[in-house]
Amino acid sequence: MSKSYLDAGETHCAIGHPKSVFWQWMLTVDHKRIGIMYAAVMFVFFFVAVFTAVLMRAELFYHGPQILDGDTFNQAFTLHGVIMIFLFIIPGIPAIFGNIVMPLMIGAKDVSFPRLNWFTFWLYIFGCIVALTSLFNFSITEGELVFNFADTGWTFYAPYSLNTGTNVVTTLVAAFILGMASILTGVNFLVTIHRLRAPGMDFFKMPLFVWGIYATAWIQLLATPVVGITLVLAIMEKYFGIGIFDPSRGGDPVLFQHLFWIYSHPAVYLMILPAFGIMSEIIPAFSRREIFGYRTIALSSASIAGIGYIVWGHHLFTSGMSDLAKTIFSFLTFFVAIPTGIKFYDWVATLYKGKIVLKSPMLWALGTIITFAIGGLTGVTIAMVGSDIHLQDTYYSVAHFHYAILGGVVFLLFAGMHYWFPLVTGKFYNEATAKVAFYLNFIGINVLWFPMFIAGYLGMPRRYFDYLPEFEIYHQVAGIGALILVAGLLLMFYNFISSWKSGEKAPHNPWGATTLEWHTETLPPILENHTKVPYVDFNPYEYHHGQPKVKFDYKTMQRID
Amino acid sequence: MGGHEYVPEIATDRNGVEHEVQGWQDDFFGGKLGFWLFMLTEVMMFGSMFLALTYYFTLHHADFINASSSLNRYLGGFNTVILLISALTMGLGLLEMRAGNVKKAKLMIWATIIFAVIFLGVKAVEWSAEYSHGIFLGLPALQGGGAESLPFGEIMFFGLYFTMTGLHGFHIIIGIGIMLWLLKRINAGKVTKDHYILHWNIALYWDLVHLIWVFVFPYFYMIGAGDITGGVGHGH
Repeated sequence: MSKSYLDAGETHCAIGHPKSVFWQWMLTVDHKRIGIMYAAVMFVFFFVAVFTAVLMRAELFYHGPQILDGDTFNQAFTLHGVIMIFLFIIPGIPAIFGNIVMPLMIGAKDVSFPRLNWFTFWLYIFGCIVALTSLFNFSITEGELVFNFADTGWTFYAPYSLNTGTNVVTTLVAAFILGMASILTGVNFLVTIHRLRAPGMDFFKMPLFVWGIYATAWIQLLATPVVGITLVLAIMEKYFGIGIFDPSRGGDPVLFQHLFWIYSHPAVYLMILPAFGIMSEIIPAFSRREIFGYRTIALSSASIAGIGYIVWGHHLFTSGMSDLAKTIFSFLTFFVAIPTGIKFYDWVATLYKGKIVLKSPMLWALGTIITFAIGGLTGVTIAMVGSDIHLQDTYYSVAHFHYAILGGVVFLLFAGMHYWFPLVTGKFYNEATAKVAFYLNFIGINVLWFPMFIAGYLGMPRRYFDYLPEFEIYHQVAGIGALILVAGLLLMFYNFISSWKSGEKAPHNPWGATTLEWHTETLPPILENHTKVPYVDFNPYEYHHGQPKVKFDYKTMQRID
Repeated sequence: MGGHEYVPEIATDRNGVEHEVQGWQDDFFGGKLGFWLFMLTEVMMFGSMFLALTYYFTLHHADFINASSSLNRYLGGFNTVILLISALTMGLGLLEMRAGNVKKAKLMIWATIIFAVIFLGVKAVEWSAEYSHGIFLGLPALQGGGAESLPFGEIMFFGLYFTMTGLHGFHIIIGIGIMLWLLKRINAGKVTKDHYILHWNIALYWDLVHLIWVFVFPYFYMIGAGDITGGVGHGH
């Protein structure tokens, strides 16, 4: 029985060869271990942010102030947004599965710069610590404990962020550091995908998840520096009053919004593209059928990244922009829907006449087709200038992006966690529990956010800690939905943790998948992945009568089919 | 990752043809590509600051020209020349390294470091002269709304000037640091005639730092070079 990458001593380290298992993890440069550590840290933060959200929902359950006052509520949604966006969802799938699975999928032994990968992980941790210090920055005023966490929302809009007395600067610094980590991850993955593909694997033989990671890495590279410098300018403004975003000093706050969204809009595609990649892995594996329109999916990832870079202005329809610019941005935004639509049709077409296996990864993927369709199509409605004037900054847009981000990105992250759980741990989770958890999540998200579309359409503004009595019913339905969702999340993570400890052992290639990460001699794989690097002269999703067409001798990695 | 020589693996296809596998070890082209991509992020970062600068130049045209005319073009120009020469010495050092003349390569790196220090020295003279004229981040002249305050446009010009030249100077300091590290690696025999990727990338970095200055110099120092009004009327 050969060893797996999880066994003690089975790792390369950035510094030296430590004996202790703890230091082997802290100093590891193995992409799989680094991915696991990212996941562990991120989900801790994820639950902190979920808890904040539940707190806000509890406040909103009844009309009138009960639990939180207005200022604390402002800090709560800022904390929720900053953690969810900067600590969890932006690094999210690339840092976890980009690290764990991408090198395996292209037959590489690690990423191109393993030490840089290790450094990036710790830079990310450093960014998280800075974010936490801003959270625990408090003072005692007149005997009362006052928390000074930023209250600006995760967007830090000037001029309010420049005038507020809360601790915006550390939050900005944290976002800057996390951005640097994101850039370095992008550089690492781009070089890895360009240089370390197994012999014979050209770009159109790569699995679609790798395409998603590739497109994402370009966005990380091109967009993140813009927000980085914007945050630096905001810090300079706040400390030294250079006036760059302050209208009372000749500056232009709308410039902040432009610079901010030049990054932050592509950032939503940065979140969704690797998630779509996971979908493109799961759908063919559980339909036992070659994916429909491989090239269109691959190229639509690239074009979403390209078009997504020039649509940021749709966040500024009510901020003051010329009508011509609004029309152009609105038009460009519609264009993003086209490659996204292509992917959806390709996935559905793959299902057609497939041998569909309804295991939990597939359930999550199919559920996401519904929730992301709702999130995506409502996005088109607010890309129209006219309707956006009515719906901007209402619960409608809140519901839209939660359907798209939670119902799209996070759901697919969960789908990927179920799909690759046997690969990472070598164990099987409890399938029945996983299905119950999925249905709780799926029902929860719809009960939680669908009423918000209606409330928002009727005029319920976002980020308010209180509301008119006629909106109470929507908030109460949403509150119940939140409880169902949280129950589903807890059940799912209980399932993961208990199964990793004492789940049954997973058989080899349990899903009958075709991509290279499953073609390892052992489950979980050994330290340097495949026993030998295979020669790739096949397409990633070849099935014959519902069985994977390509078979390997795992000792020599020669094809035997 | 030990010191022993890396031997690439061979993958054999179904016709028995052997293909060399590119590993992450000993990947000269990969190292180059990665660093070029990283330099691209630097361009995006400085590029967005230039974008903001250009935008405010159109909004506060006269103030910008006025403020620019008070900068010392001789010192700025001198520094431009210094950086140009340092880029030359850096490049020559790389050529020497590739030719195997380690000693000459080290001399050239030392020369580059000295030029970089001269650049920082001149910058310090400039900044302290500006400080003694009351123009520095945080001083009353650059705080809006006071009796001693400069016009908004000038405050913004100097704010961007200190931010961008400061950030550029920070890159110079980083550059000196990595050049010293490079010397250490050369002495340890880790950078040689055949393994010079680190030298190559640091030379590339230094070129970019110099290139950014080539844009900073005209944008800040030269726009006000015509005369005190820069050829346009202004309101005070």
